Amino acid sequence: MTTGHTGTTGTTWRDRLAGPLADPAGEAGHADGHPPRMGFFTDTSICIGCKACEVACKEWNGVPDTGLDLLGSSYDNTGALGANSWRHVAFVEQRVPAERVELGMPGIGAPEQPQRAETDDAGVRWLMSSDVCKHCTHAACLDVCPTGSLFRTEFGTVVVQEDICNGCGYCVPACPYGVIERRESDGRAFKCTLCYDRLRDGLEPACAKACPTDSIQFGPLDELRERAERRVEQLHDRGVPEARLYGEDPDDGVGGDGAFFLLLDEPEVYGLPPDPVVTTRDLPAMWKHMGMAAVAAAAGALAAFLGGRR
Amino acid sequence: MAECHPVGFQWVMEAKERGATVIHVDPRFTRTSAVSDVHVPLRAGSDIAFLGGLVNYVLTHEKFFREYVVAYTNAPAILREDFADTEDLDGLFSGYDPDGRRYDHSTWAYQGAVAAPATGEHSTEEEVGQPEEDAHRVTRRHHGGPEHREAARAEAYGSGGPSVPFKPELDPTLEHPRCVFQVLRRHYARYTPEVVADICGISTEQFRRVAEEITRNSGRDRTTAFVYSVGWTQHTVGAQYIRTASILQALLGNIGRPGGGILALRGHASIQGSTDIPTLFNLLPGYLPMPHAGEHLDLDSYTAADVGKAGFWGNMRSYAVSLLKAWWGDAATADNDFCFDYLPRISGDHGHYRTVLDQIAGTVKGYFLMGENPAVGSANAKLQRLGLANLDWLVVRDFSLIESATFWKNGPEIDTGEMRTEDIGTEVFFLPAAAHTEKDGTFTNTQRLLQWHHKAVDPPGDARSELWFTYHLGRIIRDKLARSTDPRDRPLLDLTWDYPTEGAIAEPSADAVLREIGGVDAGGNELAAYTQLRADGSTRCGCWIYCGVHADGVNQAARRRPGRDQSWVAPEWGWAWPANRRILYNRASADPDGRPWSERKKYVWWDAEQRKWVGADNADFEASKPPDYQPEPGARAQDAIAGAEPFIMQTDGRAWLFVPTGLADGPLPTHYEPAESPVDNPLYRQQANPTRREYPHPANRYQPSDGAPGSEVFPYVFTTYRLTEHHTAGGMSRTLPYLSELQPEFFCEVSPELAAERGLDHLGWATIVTARTAIEARVLVTDRVRPLRIRGRTIHQIGLPYHWGGNGLSTGDGANELLPVVLDPNVYIQESKAATCDIRPGRRPRGPALPRLVADYRRRAGITEPTGEDGTR
Amino acid sequence: MGVRQWIEGWPVVRQLTGADPLGRGAAAESRVTSALRPRTSQADRVVASVCPYCAVGCGQKVYVRDGKVTQIEGDPDSPISRGRLCPKGSASKQLVTNPNRVTTVLYRRPHGTEWEELPLDRAMDMIADRVIETRRRHWQEEDGGQRVRRTMAIASLGGATLDNEENYLMKKLYTALGAIQIENQARI
Repeated sequence: MTTGHTGTTGTTWRDRLAGPLADPAGEAGHADGHPPRMGFFTDTSICIGCKACEVACKEWNGVPDTGLDLLGSSYDNTGALGANSWRHVAFVEQRVPAERVELGMPGIGAPEQPQRAETDDAGVRWLMSSDVCKHCTHAACLDVCPTGSLFRTEFGTVVVQEDICNGCGYCVPACPYGVIERRESDGRAFKCTLCYDRLRDGLEPACAKACPTDSIQFGPLDELRERAERRVEQLHDRGVPEARLYGEDPDDGVGGDGAFFLLLDEPEVYGLPPDPVVTTRDLPAMWKHMGMAAVAAAAGALAAFLGGRR
Repeated sequence: MAECHPVGFQWVMEAKERGATVIHVDPRFTRTSAVSDVHVPLRAGSDIAFLGGLVNYVLTHEKFFREYVVAYTNAPAILREDFADTEDLDGLFSGYDPDGRRYDHSTWAYQGAVAAPATGEHSTEEEVGQPEEDAHRVTRRHHGGPEHREAARAEAYGSGGPSVPFKPELDPTLEHPRCVFQVLRRHYARYTPEVVADICGISTEQFRRVAEEITRNSGRDRTTAFVYSVGWTQHTVGAQYIRTASILQALLGNIGRPGGGILALRGHASIQGSTDIPTLFNLLPGYLPMPHAGEHLDLDSYTAADVGKAGFWGNMRSYAVSLLKAWWGDAATADNDFCFDYLPRISGDHGHYRTVLDQIAGTVKGYFLMGENPAVGSANAKLQRLGLANLDWLVVRDFSLIESATFWKNGPEIDTGEMRTEDIGTEVFFLPAAAHTEKDGTFTNTQRLLQWHHKAVDPPGDARSELWFTYHLGRIIRDKLARSTDPRDRPLLDLTWDYPTEGAIAEPSADAVLREIGGVDAGGNELAAYTQLRADGSTRCGCWIYCGVHADGVNQAARRRPGRDQSWVAPEWGWAWPANRRILYNRASADPDGRPWSERKKYVWWDAEQRKWVGADNADFEASKPPDYQPEPGARAQDAIAGAEPFIMQTDGRAWLFVPTGLADGPLPTHYEPAESPVDNPLYRQQANPTRREYPHPANRYQPSDGAPGSEVFPYVFTTYRLTEHHTAGGMSRTLPYLSELQPEFFCEVSPELAAERGLDHLGWATIVTARTAIEARVLVTDRVRPLRIRGRTIHQIGLPYHWGGNGLSTGDGANELLPVVLDPNVYIQESKAATCDIRPGRRPRGPALPRLVADYRRRAGITEPTGEDGTR
Repeated sequence: MGVRQWIEGWPVVRQLTGADPLGRGAAAESRVTSALRPRTSQADRVVASVCPYCAVGCGQKVYVRDGKVTQIEGDPDSPISRGRLCPKGSASKQLVTNPNRVTTVLYRRPHGTEWEELPLDRAMDMIADRVIETRRRHWQEEDGGQRVRRTMAIASLGGATLDNEENYLMKKLYTALGAIQIENQARI
């Protein structure tokens, strides 16, 4: 457990808004002895697309349904993460060339199957992946929140405090993943809380608890990262070179995600941005520019005023 | 399995991570296929060809587990000289009566047994395989006429099948030309990889790959498991699908051993329980047969066929008397035959579909629907509604207003004008039901495990449990008839019906009912096991296979010792019938001498020092019967089972590769095409199961198959199935916002090739037409559906999830509207997994134009009443 | 709460005096957040149950407060399910608490065009009368000269979703009534 790092001394403003950060909770003022950073590792190679995560999340958090809308996007009728969908299972159907499904290939990704009649494509692979808020190390939604509604918990997760949120919506465009959204019926912003209330009592989040195959794993982020790396190595050894992690790298544009994934294809295939960057990374520079601009504007105004006096 | 039993599938995923190969054989590319090592997309309705090919592979390549096969199966048994196989008769077995479309089973018997008429009943089946003299006697006494054959068969035999009192002559070398093994070899010889590929629409390479995998993974050190669901049962040859898998698994030595077996995944919380304690017409609790008119005149004739026979069915009289004592208590005495005469008698097929036709015919007046929605869930839903509309009264108990409750108001026939609300005379009572959280009770899950669920809260408003409803209905009826002197009311008035009630709503005690089911002795002490049951009236037990569920005064089904705190078998979680055994026939996990076949697969074995069977589970064998035990001549019941005969419910103690008696459609599974098929049967002239049950009716027309005139009108195969997000007929899912939004609409799944051929657009509408009706669905064009090459032609399949109906949040047409009622002759289950149809772009017509469209199709196909009823070509 | 505590509770004061100068963590915590606990911790009781959907038989824990079900989730003790549930099992709370459940008896008289309300005890009495009358009028003592002692006019469908105890009482009562066309989903 790596706690006790309060994060104030020696941390530059730039560090607080981008780059690796060992202890986001400590940096956000949670005292020594706060719990380790908790997160999700979603291993899509064992996801069966049952959507238990979506329902378990809604049941626990009382999230409204989104109505009836057949999307035609394979078996996905949720579409995207949003104010009323804090978990979203993507379904990706792909035609795969013959060499991918020929006899003797490992059964992760696409099963062996006969060649499709009268075409060069051997068959199909059906990828499923349960998406969720990434609980970024550097969370732009939080950084731009003017009310303090969005805050960093002692578990290092990012949570909207509904009693504070005034529905300004600044967080919505700030999110590099398009996760957070205002609820139409209510105006406030909503997203995954990583079941903050449950964590307070040592329970795991509802989605991870329900997940029948343990595709969604919950735990201390350090442990999850180690486990995920071992899993990728294992899959590579088993002849699945396309296995890769997404969002686990602390050097990425958001300082690493609190919820990261093992994917079997490019992130875009699953609807994930390939290279997300915290939108507030350049804030210090922007403030500097803004400050100079403000001085210039004030000088200009003064000049105009003085000029007016003349 | 991932699709319909996701949580059970965790164990498959875990096995896969540990190196298991997962093979998914299914016409449909499902969420299971997505994570399997191999997906075999065979044509719907071709599984016996596929499995028969595997049997052939095992025999041809000498891959069977010889010691197991010789010792534990009837492979060495020698058959009669006059048995003729489908090889000889072009798709028929000896004994076929083309006029009655049924078999005389007599020539299927073991050598030395005698001819007897084919009948459908537990006891009369005994005639087959009887030594000659006895059989004649029994036949004279019990033969009740041809209508006996109408009774449901396979289920009537109970958990152990029918008994053959005759131990067969054996050839352990398996070389006798008429031994089962050689008959099997000849029967499946033509199921070559090439033929399998041609029938199923798969490649020979893929077939060989599966054959190699399962044979490599079977034997002393390894076992292979088969898992199936209604994809196997819902066919006109459904029972024979399972039989083919049984043959394969027995040949490979995969029965009664850990990691082996043929595992049925059932779709309802207690559908296993409702079979064990049957709300089924042909059974009494514990797979005792319902008595048959003219045949079972008294307790003696009812039990005669079983009493004293080898195996545990030999104690059948004890089970029956204990049941009668549980029901009629002190009124049941030896002097009055333990009230046997209080039992009503069956006299033929009184199954679900027969009953619906009887509703239409007007003989059924009142109907209870208890948590079931036939207007969506049963085949040819229009027949169901025609039946409901012709009742005097109907009681529907459910959570919400399901389609079967509102047919008179908004059923499809109201829209088409085929029915008018004002004309429908059915009086309907809708009574809201209590949920599982609102009542105590047990479910029996798919692995025979009883688990108690505790009541958490009171049911809301008028909602009540079925326990409450049934108990109080019985109480009121008994009160109203209390002064009756009519003898027909004695069974009601003498019934033990004194359950304690609890709370403000007077809920009867489910624990008291479970205690009655579990059994007590004369002193009222709970019994520990069915071996304690007696035929003298000193024991009472409501279901002999559940005997012991309340042993020691403890509700054994409510035991919840955490899984992590006990062995991997977890014997202290719930209670499995019989006698808390978790793997049936587990004596077979040891060799004939009682030693485990291998260290890796050890499960139950003989401990010579302790002189008893020990291991991870309760032995499914008499605990102290040594492996070298040999029965004395004339031994009866379990005493007649030798120490190396694991299949203790069978009269010969062996697994039956060949079934000498008990099946309506043949002793060996044979590939027949579905009743409606676009292709011919390349194996035999016999196209479809000749004994399949049909119910010709103007609303249940059959379509021509393969090449027959008019078959081109319905050129496509369709299959029905379920989605993870919904539950069966939708009563527990289409009303829930969180499930409805996940699959909001009825859709059909088609291949891009079919979409192009028929001009179907993704997310557009399609109309699917059969001779029964036409329905509409949104179109999902998907690569997961593929055209198949069958018999040199391209065959398209259409996938239809069947959850929808007109009520609830998520609505749509019901796929089951399209299906014909055509049944397996053994168990009377309908063929819902394979039929033919047409598909066209656009929505279906509304109002009277809908039946006109269907009539037009019928006319084009030349469909009149006899269509499809001739099983030959 | 004193004035000083009150002032110290102000987020801006916490932000300027604490270890969270950007006001993104501890300093931003609201009073509601501070008090946040899972509702399961407030349950009056937790009841062991079994999922009512398919036949896998997953263990469930039912949390009850003030006579209402407040949560249903998997039971980690179950060797069958290890605490996991599928989407249907996860929707169990909605199944038992959703407002679409009908909780009153409804009655449609012959040829009627609408539902009517009916008291439960009245409905039970009427159904009992129907059963008795139907049985009386359509009793078969013999069929083709063979003793059958039954009625072919009363049938029942359903049982696979019910408890064993319920199926048992149903079969027992129907058999005593002489009704034989008793069926359930296992035939389908």
